[in-house]
Amino acid sequence: MTKGLIHSIESMGLVDGPGIRTVVFLQGCRLRCRYCHNPDTWSMQNPKAIMLSPEELLQKLSRFRNYYGKTGGVTFSGGEPLLQPEFLQEALAFCKKAGIHTCLDTAGCGLGDDTKILQNTDLILMDIKHHTKEGYEKITGHSPDASLRFLDTAMDMGIPMWIRHVVVPGLTDSEEHLIGLEAYLRTLRNIQRIDLLPYHTMGVHKYAAMKIPYPLDGVPALDSHALDTWNKRLNRNCIQP
Amino acid sequence: MMSIDVNCTAWKGFHTGEWRHLVNVRNFIQKNYTPYEGDSSFLAPISPKTKKVWEKSEALIIEEVKKGIIDVETNIVSGINNFAPGYIDRENEVIVGLQTDAPLKRIVNLYGGMKMATSALEQFGYTLNPEVAENFHRYRKTHNEGVFDAYPERTRIARNAGLLTGLPDAYGRGRIIGDYRRVPLYGTDFLIEQKKLDLQMMDGPMTEDRIRLREEVQMQIRALKEMTDMAAQYGCDISRPAENAKEAVQNLYMAYLAGIKENNGAATSLGRTATFLDIYIQRDIENGVLDELGAQELIDQFVIKLRLVRHLRTPEYNELFGGDPTWVTEALGGMGIDGRTQVTKNTFRYLHTLTNLGTAPEPNLTVLWSNHLPENFKNYCSKMSIQTDSIQYENDDLMRPVYGDDYSIACCVSAMGVGKQMQFFGARANLAKSLLYAINGGIDEKKGIMVVPNIEQDQDEVLDFKKVLGNYKKVLSYVAELYVDTINIIHYMHDKYAYESSQMALHDTIVERLAAFGIAGISIVADSLSAIKFAKVRPIRNEQGIAIDFEIEGDFPKYGNDDDRVDDLAVEIASYFSAELKKHPLYRNGIHTLSALTITSNVMYGKKTGATPDGRKDGEPFAPGANPMHGRDQNGALASLNSVAKIPYRNICQDGVSNTFSIVPNALGKTEAERITNLTSILDGYFLQGAHHLNVNVLNRQLLMDALEHPEQYPTLTIRVSGYAVNFSRLSRDQQLEVIKRTFHKAI
Repeated sequence: MTKGLIHSIESMGLVDGPGIRTVVFLQGCRLRCRYCHNPDTWSMQNPKAIMLSPEELLQKLSRFRNYYGKTGGVTFSGGEPLLQPEFLQEALAFCKKAGIHTCLDTAGCGLGDDTKILQNTDLILMDIKHHTKEGYEKITGHSPDASLRFLDTAMDMGIPMWIRHVVVPGLTDSEEHLIGLEAYLRTLRNIQRIDLLPYHTMGVHKYAAMKIPYPLDGVPALDSHALDTWNKRLNRNCIQP
Repeated sequence: MMSIDVNCTAWKGFHTGEWRHLVNVRNFIQKNYTPYEGDSSFLAPISPKTKKVWEKSEALIIEEVKKGIIDVETNIVSGINNFAPGYIDRENEVIVGLQTDAPLKRIVNLYGGMKMATSALEQFGYTLNPEVAENFHRYRKTHNEGVFDAYPERTRIARNAGLLTGLPDAYGRGRIIGDYRRVPLYGTDFLIEQKKLDLQMMDGPMTEDRIRLREEVQMQIRALKEMTDMAAQYGCDISRPAENAKEAVQNLYMAYLAGIKENNGAATSLGRTATFLDIYIQRDIENGVLDELGAQELIDQFVIKLRLVRHLRTPEYNELFGGDPTWVTEALGGMGIDGRTQVTKNTFRYLHTLTNLGTAPEPNLTVLWSNHLPENFKNYCSKMSIQTDSIQYENDDLMRPVYGDDYSIACCVSAMGVGKQMQFFGARANLAKSLLYAINGGIDEKKGIMVVPNIEQDQDEVLDFKKVLGNYKKVLSYVAELYVDTINIIHYMHDKYAYESSQMALHDTIVERLAAFGIAGISIVADSLSAIKFAKVRPIRNEQGIAIDFEIEGDFPKYGNDDDRVDDLAVEIASYFSAELKKHPLYRNGIHTLSALTITSNVMYGKKTGATPDGRKDGEPFAPGANPMHGRDQNGALASLNSVAKIPYRNICQDGVSNTFSIVPNALGKTEAERITNLTSILDGYFLQGAHHLNVNVLNRQLLMDALEHPEQYPTLTIRVSGYAVNFSRLSRDQQLEVIKRTFHKAI
């Protein structure tokens, strides 16, 4: 069985999918989003990371099942969880078989065909970095191709999605940008919910600890209610019945 | 012969049962209550009368927070009927009765100990009427004097070193809950009759046990008479059964009031009254003589009275139990053994007082949580917890099989059958200090004196797990025996010199006695043993060879991460200590129970305990109750909860396993609806794990830090600490800082 390289496990996450969820952070990500608050998950080498087989992971999750109730479950996040496809695929299948609701928190930047992964995914938390090619590249340093391919697969398979989009002052907070995003989201299918996430600075100290320069140095955090109106508007206008 | 006509108007419309012929409140409840599975939409707002009474009361409470105390009666000592009637706002008070002749005016109780009462008065600049002091001192021996006459040297040393602390040898033991419901249901005339019958039956060879019990029952009868006279001063006739809802609430309160006029026990809990009173309210509503506004008014006004309960405490007491708590604990909800929920509309009304009157630490609202509770009620509780931080939760599915479905909670976590069981409160033993004794040959690390004899002093450069554990168990065996001996003396003397006659009058004559022992520092012990086992721990010793600090090399599993390697150590030690206690017989055939609960004494324990092998520094506070040490639970809230859930309740820590849980609001969910269902899922999950108790706080650390610096802006900020809720501004600064340091579960 393939072992997964896991950055950490947060036994209780209440904002990463519906209900009470255990969030499994997989190590490794190729994107270098300028606002990334988890630079410690980038590398595939992390001496503090733990190796677990899908079976071992399920054993851990089973200790939390009593809390999941009717809505909760597990969320695979990262890093970019799609970078460990064999492990992810097996782990999702194990969870699904055990009756645990599965959620995938991803930017969609995997290594190729993600069909097998998505076969056992109940819900995708889809991180849309930007709706234009240029914007995407500016934020992540990568091309959006992989992400677009993933979205197509997910839509074809009919998997429900919650869209997330980080709003950063001076980068993705203009009226024009949000109008463009709105138009783009209207072209997507299977969306159940949209969350605009206000940029926060809680990851800054990690850059300092890792001795790498912080790309958004000096950019202030966004007030948690600043996006309430836009959030409502997008949820009203972009979700097809 | 029975003095109550079974066809009396007071019982009209009630379903019959055994309760009509002998004292059996549970049977009355089961035959007559109406379970409620609906939502909170029926609840009524505060009535104009209540508003007036509460405004006056609240102003007084805020003044008291500033001054520390409003007033003390210095000419009269405690007693059921020693005080003239008092009122807050007579024309608007629907429920009447105060401890003394004025609200928040405290009582001096000399039966516990003269010195304690004097020191309590002195801190606020009062002196007892010299004549009263002189007479009492000359003619009456106190509980405290009795205890110290009998204490052996080994108890005095252990007490002095801080191995056994908080013992009720200088204050009322409390944790005795009268079945106050008996008074409205039957009236005191019938209860007196029943006690007289009991007394007649207790004839035979006059052994010490029988003599003592006969004397006590006579004292109980006298107390019931005094209770009746006290109520009559307020114009209430409690000698007969209550005729309606208003009388039921009023007479029940009179019965409780007698208890808190007579006694100043640490915890003077109320019991399980909401569902009982619902029967009377429901009957009046169905008869068209009461509406919802009126029903809520009765409960709001009753609760105002409960919020005004005060006792006079010493500074030493406040260090143990910060914030002036009285533990007017009311157990709410739960399930019946027949599968029906015991939630009624009145259960909602009690919780709704937090909305109508605002948040407050008392009464100590304790929800008996069952997985089978109605969803509507669960979510209402979660909503109120999120809004008020004033509720604690205890696992009904765990306690019901042990205590049946008519138990209630004394103090924070102590379950007991209402009117069937009472408790010998035993405070707690310092298990972290005990571990240091195992390393230091029984010598106290702070005082340098020998506390536990015949323990070999550890000389190893690196501590050896097996050796330390072996010596630790020797120490614990010694502590258990000493602890039982000490508790026997305390309760012998308490019965003799400070008997709670009015509260015991509302118990069955043959009562079961639970002796509640306690442990402090379980998380430190688990982490210390884990460090010794999985890392390298080097003691740093002074010239005497006493370890005054520890150097730890390498990492080790820490309690609070759902890791069996360390959690099992906590379980092993709690189980071992519980078994050791049970080897030693108890006064009056008491039954040994044990709690992992510190109240706010975890700060004081920290001060009195040197550095420990887990890396905790000399003087640093313990974690409260069974909580993991602050900041060591690093895998999120569920992992932390799971560790605590492993400490066994049944037969091991059967007096309770306390856990205080704080979460930041935005980590609990994005919308209010999500936060409510998420909290409900957490509670369901935690109790499904077999856990016992959870205090829930939903707040930001920042708020507390602001309240620390600007107390005037937060006069009534209420938070849950350890088994009770407290007005934050009434804690000492050390206690406030410790609360702020605790783990707040955040969004990731």
